Amino acid sequence: MSTTAVPAALERGESPGRRALRRFMRHRLAVFGAVVVIAFVLAAMLAPWIAPYDPIATSWSNIRKPPSLAHPFGTDENGRDVLSRVIWGARASLMAGVVSVLGAVAIGVPIGLVAGLARGWIDALISRVADAMLSVPFLILAIALAAFLGPALENAMLAIAITASPIFVRLARGMALEAKATDWAEAARALGNPPWRVALVHVAPNIVPPLLVQSTLAIAEAIIAEASLSFLGLGQQPPAPSWGSMLNSAQRFLDNAPWLAVAPGLAIFVVVLAFNLMGDGLRDALDPRTDRR
Amino acid sequence: MGMWLLRRLGQVVPTLLILSFLIFGLQQLMPGDPALILAGEERGDPQVLAQIREELRLDRPIWEQYLAWMAGVVQGDFGFSWRIRMPVAELILSKLPVTAQLSVMAFIIGIVIGVPLGILSAVRRDTPADWAANAVALFGISTPNFWLGIMMILLFSVQLGWLPPSGYVPLWEDPVQSLATTIMPAFVLGTGVASVLMRHTRAAMLTALSQDYVRTARAKGLFDRTVVWKHAFRNALVPVVTLGTIEFGRLLAGAVLTEQIFTIPGFGKLVVDAVFNRDYPVVQGVVLTTALIFVTLSLIADLLYMAINPRLRHA
Repeated sequence: MSTTAVPAALERGESPGRRALRRFMRHRLAVFGAVVVIAFVLAAMLAPWIAPYDPIATSWSNIRKPPSLAHPFGTDENGRDVLSRVIWGARASLMAGVVSVLGAVAIGVPIGLVAGLARGWIDALISRVADAMLSVPFLILAIALAAFLGPALENAMLAIAITASPIFVRLARGMALEAKATDWAEAARALGNPPWRVALVHVAPNIVPPLLVQSTLAIAEAIIAEASLSFLGLGQQPPAPSWGSMLNSAQRFLDNAPWLAVAPGLAIFVVVLAFNLMGDGLRDALDPRTDRR
Repeated sequence: MGMWLLRRLGQVVPTLLILSFLIFGLQQLMPGDPALILAGEERGDPQVLAQIREELRLDRPIWEQYLAWMAGVVQGDFGFSWRIRMPVAELILSKLPVTAQLSVMAFIIGIVIGVPLGILSAVRRDTPADWAANAVALFGISTPNFWLGIMMILLFSVQLGWLPPSGYVPLWEDPVQSLATTIMPAFVLGTGVASVLMRHTRAAMLTALSQDYVRTARAKGLFDRTVVWKHAFRNALVPVVTLGTIEFGRLLAGAVLTEQIFTIPGFGKLVVDAVFNRDYPVVQGVVLTTALIFVTLSLIADLLYMAINPRLRHA
């Protein structure tokens, strides 16, 4: 994808980073998403100080009490404060989302770069493995991996990281192929740069913008995946709070304690929506090729 | 066309072979000795352990285990369930129709909502209608399926009492009751499909509407409706149909949680139960089956792509 015309922003002497930031800030919904994400990250980090109660302290006299001033989201089947559990649950969800995607990037990107730059049988092998993994639906592969690894939050994160990695293999491979064919990479090679230098200095940086977009959207998917695994009992183990496992126990008390199902689900929805908004905004801001809206 | 099909199949075979390594390899991740797990109460009895090991070929080298497993798989024998004491293939076949019914219903709901919304938002680009359609799609993508399911049970079963919260009645036994038990889970699954189809349709329509032939048709003075339906939509259909086929394969994964919530005895319930019973042959069989379905669907998607886009036939 070589562009012959000099972009207007470059003529104005604006750096690509500044331009991206300007385009992102113009995107009001994306900024809203970023603000929400930051709020959730802060809540997760400050959980010990801002949660009104101990998230695992049970209370006999407070079993399944509807929302009140003392307990804005009510209490659960063990008398624990739902609000406190939702705040603490943000830790598990956000950590699982971010760590598993970082893991997927760390596994997928180097492998994808190697495939795209080496070509030949290495590329064929890597591509077929990625195809094979992508032919199993995401959640089913994650469930199978988590099942064989054993139920624990760390294993759920590992399962999600492995399952999500082929997306990044494909992305990095595609970008490497594309970047390799550009004039600047050609020029760098012609100047006598060794292949590894062309790869690291000229190819890799061009992968960062789409990688950032894909990662943000993948975090949204990973958070849903972690909640799904925890809902099934394959993620965070009780009594430690997680949104997915809270929904699982809430389902048993829909008749007499419906409030239990509202807050954790809403938390997942809002944080996933925020990451999706941010990802869409980043895509518009970072990709000079799209001029959506 | 024949050559193309051969080349495409040439890609599928190694993919499936690698997949078989991966699925078989899953077993090796398992902590502990499967014979001990299976023996249960009798774990102290060395004779029982030896018998289990021999029966499951756990005492053979790993490549021999793989070849024996693979030899069964190509003959449609996916092994034997450890817990239910039934052939895995038979178990899967008995559950598949339930999930198929759910998926077809979900897919219809997805098309009925997603495609018109996508067309509307492309034709009315940058108007409140477009924003609203995009918001619907974004909400659909961001809502966890299982939470939506729980909320629907809360509203339609617990509060209003209109629909049964769980259970399943086969279509051929009592069609009305069958629809009543599956409409909520199908809708939950369908919203996800609708969101994705809406985005695909919108993108495809925007591309089609910006083409020269559409501008020519407009310049000829044709009615807007004729241009949208006869010129743009027919061409936009190509990517929508192919991507839609692949989306159908994803429904299988979505069904896992949805069936769990509505206690529907389908494919998804089977795998979750198998995970908790440590019935690993069933887990492997399910992963393999979903992959086979997915690979077949993407092959069909490619064939459809050729069929509705004649330009590609001679490529």
